[in-house]
Amino acid sequence: MEIGYYPGCALHGSSNDYESSVRACLSALGVSLRELDDWICCGATAAHCLNQKLAVALPARNLALAERDGLPQMLAPCPMCSMELIKAGSLLAQDAELRREISEIVELPVSGSTQILNLIQIFQKIGAARIKEAAVHSLEAFCPACYYGCLLTRPPENLRFDDCEQPSSMETLLRELGAQPVDWNFKTECCGAGMTIAHEETVLDLSNKILSNAAAHGANCIVVACPMCQVNLDMKQAAINARHGTAHDLVVYYLSDLVGLALGLDQQALGIDRHFVVRK
Amino acid sequence: MKMPDEPTIADVERIAHASVRDCYQCGKCSAGCPQAHAMDVLPNQLVRWVQLGRIDKAMRAAAVWQCVSCMTCSTRCPKSVNCAGVLDALRQLSVEHDAAAPGQRRTIVFQQAFLDNIRRNGRLREMELVGIFKTKAFFGDLNIPLLMKDALLAPQMMKRGKFHLFGERVRDRGLVQRIFERCHC
Repeated sequence: MEIGYYPGCALHGSSNDYESSVRACLSALGVSLRELDDWICCGATAAHCLNQKLAVALPARNLALAERDGLPQMLAPCPMCSMELIKAGSLLAQDAELRREISEIVELPVSGSTQILNLIQIFQKIGAARIKEAAVHSLEAFCPACYYGCLLTRPPENLRFDDCEQPSSMETLLRELGAQPVDWNFKTECCGAGMTIAHEETVLDLSNKILSNAAAHGANCIVVACPMCQVNLDMKQAAINARHGTAHDLVVYYLSDLVGLALGLDQQALGIDRHFVVRK
Repeated sequence: MKMPDEPTIADVERIAHASVRDCYQCGKCSAGCPQAHAMDVLPNQLVRWVQLGRIDKAMRAAAVWQCVSCMTCSTRCPKSVNCAGVLDALRQLSVEHDAAAPGQRRTIVFQQAFLDNIRRNGRLREMELVGIFKTKAFFGDLNIPLLMKDALLAPQMMKRGKFHLFGERVRDRGLVQRIFERCHC
């Protein structure tokens, strides 16, 4: 299976462990990724805070490239990117005048027809049965709190792969692979996302609630599918402990890390050794 | 400098791709907001001010820049009012009208530095962003602890191969600049 791939800035920057993980895991499952040529940043929070036209045009340029290059489906493993691509695509698909205007701005025709998929959706597409068949290790030692974060299941009118309030798709997959996910309360609460640099206290406070709730429900690790969630819960875990006097010690895996471990891939290939909190 | 005309409900609805008229003030947006505890004005109150045409008042609230854009409000709204979009519109207007709450300056400087970075490079160069943001923020508040705060993370990131001094740029940077110009940014 070949699929379009929009890595986004985080996966080509400080979240390069996520890119290693996604690539290694999907390659082992026979999925080849065709990276969008000369893709540009989706604009992220900055564009939708400051200039709504730009917040459509930047993702639209990438959608136009995907249409030009014949990629009807594209994986965007960062939920910020995928949400911006989905929002722009849906606005374009509904509005002929906007399509004309944005096509001129981005210098390529764009219709918004590209289907954007997140990491969970790729695994659903491959199928839990096939992944289970390829697995060589059981994940029985893992009791993860599956953390979807705020954007992965939103906006719900465009994303129907799971319930937006009580998602369970990560649990379903990981249970198939032997893991014992815990039931907990903070699956879709926000970690503070892009406030990490501008207003760190926000991130430390919100992320502390997430880590505390996961630990209180017996989780021995957290599983995410978002580079911002991973950075805030993992890289900032020491700062959270310092600010709140807590002693959190939870490894924060990407979903593809755990699937990759079940497939027999090593920690290095998956980038797990680049996390801040590591399993002793 | 001449200020642009006072913003109207129509401006908010146009920028936000949202209708505020449907809101019946149930407060579900504020009940689920993870930042409500820190806000001076709650999301449903901001929407109410917009309904009443008091955009001038709404865009001055600190809450506008304390919002983390998690979309919980829009997701849960029983009337499908895009509350997160309304907040986006208020942020954009607060900068255009130079009316943002003074305490929120750092967040605005960060978002502006982020967009400038994309305009120049087409992709985010993280270390360049952090350097420029920290310098600009420091000249605003002269806060040395905040300036130095993440310095200890740099060697740890380097050890993990996560620190890229320069980072990537796109080939067609002229196009990126034209997109920004055409969006009046």
